[in-house]
Order: sequence, then C-alpha cells, then structure tokens
Amino acid sequence: MAKVLIVAEHAHGKLNPSTAKCVSCAKQMAAGAIDIVVLADAPDAIAAEAAKLDGVSRVRTIANPANAHALAAALAPQIAALAGEYTHVLGPSTTFGKDVMPRIAALLGEGQVSDVMKAHDAHTFDRPIYAGNAIQTVETPKERKVVATVRTASYPAAGAGAATAPVEAASVSAALPGHTRFVELKEGRSDRPDLQSAARVVSGGRAFGSAENFQQLYRLADKLGAAVGASRAAVDAGYAPNELQVGQTGKIVAPELYIAIGISGAIQHLTGIKDAGTIVAINKDGEAPIFEIADIGLVGDWTKVLPELEQAL
Amino acid sequence: MKILVGYKRVVDFNVRIQVKPDGSGVVTEGVKLSPNPFDDIALEEALRLREKGVATDVVVATIAPADAQAHLRNGLAMGANRAIHVVTDKAVQPLTAARTLLKLIEKEQPQIVLLGKQAIDDDANQTGQMLAALWGRPQATFASKIEVNGNVACVTREVDAGLETIEVELPAVITVDLRLNEPRFIKLPDIMKAKSKPLETVPFDSLGVESGDHHKVVKLTAPSKRSKGTIVKDVPELVAALKAKGLL
Repeated sequence: MAKVLIVAEHAHGKLNPSTAKCVSCAKQMAAGAIDIVVLADAPDAIAAEAAKLDGVSRVRTIANPANAHALAAALAPQIAALAGEYTHVLGPSTTFGKDVMPRIAALLGEGQVSDVMKAHDAHTFDRPIYAGNAIQTVETPKERKVVATVRTASYPAAGAGAATAPVEAASVSAALPGHTRFVELKEGRSDRPDLQSAARVVSGGRAFGSAENFQQLYRLADKLGAAVGASRAAVDAGYAPNELQVGQTGKIVAPELYIAIGISGAIQHLTGIKDAGTIVAINKDGEAPIFEIADIGLVGDWTKVLPELEQAL
Repeated sequence: MKILVGYKRVVDFNVRIQVKPDGSGVVTEGVKLSPNPFDDIALEEALRLREKGVATDVVVATIAPADAQAHLRNGLAMGANRAIHVVTDKAVQPLTAARTLLKLIEKEQPQIVLLGKQAIDDDANQTGQMLAALWGRPQATFASKIEVNGNVACVTREVDAGLETIEVELPAVITVDLRLNEPRFIKLPDIMKAKSKPLETVPFDSLGVESGDHHKVVKLTAPSKRSKGTIVKDVPELVAALKAKGLL
C-alpha cells in the first residue's frame, strides 16, 4: 500500500489550493495513508486547514524560522529526512513544487515524475511532454520511492472530510545551509481571484498593443469575477506582469470559462488552457489557431468587442 | 571565473509534434533540431557576464549522440570558449544528466552553472535542481535577472506569486526563464571562428556515472483533442451562447 507524503504549499499563513489537488492525486493512487507536511515558521494555522481535507491521515509540522520563506535549499533536506517511512513524496507542479521537489528527489537518489496528470496505479503515471502534444506513460520501479509533482489543472481540490486528521510536530535532523538567503517578494495584486484556481479567466494577447490598453481587460474581469491571464507575447511586450502568463512555461489553468482576447493561440499557450471547461476566442484573424480549439469563436477586433461585451454583461 | 552552460539539443519549438502510431516515441526523422530555447538564454547570459568582466571562460556542455557536434559548434559560434560533448546514444533522464554534469563540475570547477529551467521536449524541469542538490550548492531557479557581486549572485525569480529575489553564494546553479534576455543572432564570421574552437568529446561510459534512469517509458499517446466549436457573429450571440451553457 502506498504511503504518501505531500509537501504543503502555503503563503501568508494560508494553505494553497494546490495541496488539496495533490491529495486528490494520492487518492487516485489508492494510497493507504496520506500525510501532509507543513514547513513554516508558524505552521499551526496552515496545518489546521490541511487536517480538514478529506482523505488525509495525519498532518506533520516542522516549525523553524528558516522555513519562513520557501527556499528549496533549506526545505529539501528536512523533507528528505522525513521521507524514509514513505513510498511516495508528492508536491504540486507550481513554481514552489517545481523548485523544491527535484532537490528532494536528488537527495533521495531518485528520479522524479513531473506533472502527473493521471495515476493509473501507484507506480504508473501519465504526464504531458512536448508542450502537451504527447502524453507519456511512465512506470516507476515498485521497490523505489516515487517523487512526483502533480499537474494541478488535472485534479479537483479535495474537499473537507468528515473527520479532522491529527496534527503532530515532527522533528527532523537535517543540516540547513546558510548559502541561500531570501531578499524580497514582489507580489501582484492579490484582491483578484487567483489565476490558477479561478472559475473564470479572461486573457489578453499581443493585440492589445500596450500596457494601458491591457488594463481594459481588468474591467471585463471585474464584471465577470474573473482572474486575468496573458499570453507570453503580451508579457514579453511588457503589457502584463510575468505572473499572469498562461502556457507551457507559465501557468496551466483549468477554469470553467476561459475567454481569450487578441490571442492567436501558439501551441505553447494552448497547452496551458486545454483543460478549461469552455474556451471562448475573440480575435480579428478568423484563421488564428485559437479557433481550432475554441468552443465559441467570435471574429472581431477587441477594441470593438470588449466594450460591447462589457455593456452586455 | 568560469561558467558552465548546459546546452541540450531538442526538436525545434516550431515543429508540430507527431506521436508514432506504435506509441514508441515521436517522429524525429527529417525533423528540425535546435538548441533548447531556454539553454540559448542561459548561454546568452553567460556570454553577457563574460562581456561585463564577471566571467572569463564560458564552457557549453551537452549529453547527446555523436551527431550533436554541429549543435555544440552552434554554441561556440554564439560565443562560448569551449565545448564538452558527453557522447551517448541513450536519452538520459534528468537524474542521470545531473550526475553527469556533476562529473564535469568536479573537473571544470565552475563558479556558476547556468541551465535552462526546462527542456521543451520532456518538459521535466528537474536537472538544475537535482544538480544543485548533488553538488550541495545553492539553486536559483526561473531567473529573470542575475547580478553577480563578488562571490554572491542576486537572482530575481519568476514565481507564481510574482517576482522573488534571493541571494546565493557561489558556486551555484542558476536556471533561467524566458525573460532573462534575448539571445543574440549568430553571424557568419562567428560560425567560421567556431570551427577552430576546442570541442572535447567524452564517452559517457568513461565518466563512471551511476545511472539514474529508473523510470520506464511505457508508451506515448497523442493527447485527446478538443473539437472545434461554433462561430458566433456578434456579441449578443456570444452572450446568448454563454447563457445557454449556463456560464453567465
């Protein structure tokens, strides 16, 4: 029976929804036990949230001032020290998990399965490669520990369980390096829905032509209660900040409704949205590749369509 | 200061990937191969650090079959001083790649190892982090800005929340993101010059690397396709269609 340890992602004292998605992946493996480890300077409130998730057996906390910021070099040896009794170590395929999980895997002398989108069983996984243009099925040896990241867009977040799992402080002996120091974090606006968990997303592309024009997208987003995303072209051009980028190398999203405006639809962008429920494409070029995968397409210029759409809502 | 740059050859990012009917891989016959775009950015950054006087030597390294010489010449033409070709016909998994690069580090003693944050073929995003762990050195992943002052690198990272800045003591591994720089174009005289630059070939088996290729690829399949939807003629039709789906 698989015994899974999930590395919790959190910020500002709150659990990130990506952790609950990892729980769903562990359930898909029919894990016998699912533990979550919270590493933080003050882990208690986060651990209490994690303990409520359905299917969780136990929450373990490692409180340490060195865990105030998620520095992979500090976190990895602590998690590796705890991993001994587990068959699986999972983390989300977010920038947090992408940073720390391979470091854990290497400390354990294991490979890593990145971006698990489906677990056939505890040792057979599907994952996207080539920007999602091929799906690779990989098998890991039964006698080896599995380290994997979970493609969060492929899993629903586990809900609240009937019972609350016990929370225990774990003590690990791991030498923490002093060679890596946190300096600062410049965060985007946080009063909007989170791009990776929002039910609705409106995204803008190069067609907007300027950062000023791109701002108009926020009005539509506010009317819809949607998060705002952007194509790589729009981010590269400086119309939108990097944390809005959707695609192969940015964020993978799976909202119920995705509205792409002025985005032509490079393969690298499409891979980030193909799990969306309904995709709406608005583009003045009727031949744009985005229309190949859109459920509803509207050929038109954003300067005309966007104000009309705002009016109509 | 020496900088080692990981420089992988991949199927060009513009190629429409096709899975072979038997699921054994993707079609690579007659397909254009190019440097991994992220590795081009890593190399460009190394060259800029050399031009600023921070580094003196830039070494590009790849782990690839014998026919990858032209690929390394490309890196030399871009401006690297030397190239190291670890020759193997097998596509190594990231843990093996990291162990191999560690062998090169032991010999070359670089202060900075620059790698792309991921290769666009297997999209693993692991090798740099694994290398840093095995080396027992810092990692700064997803870099969009790098400043080196003495033996410390100040790195701004593109993370989900925004931009994070960390300081790492050198030597360190830095993996680069898209917006770090725009790689230069190679000029014809540079291609000529590259022909006489040193390119060392090292048989993979001679390095004594313990294989970390634990995972077995069972098969590849084409992803399920989204079917093409309907085209509406104007905004009222769009709103009606969204309402019909219960989305508004």
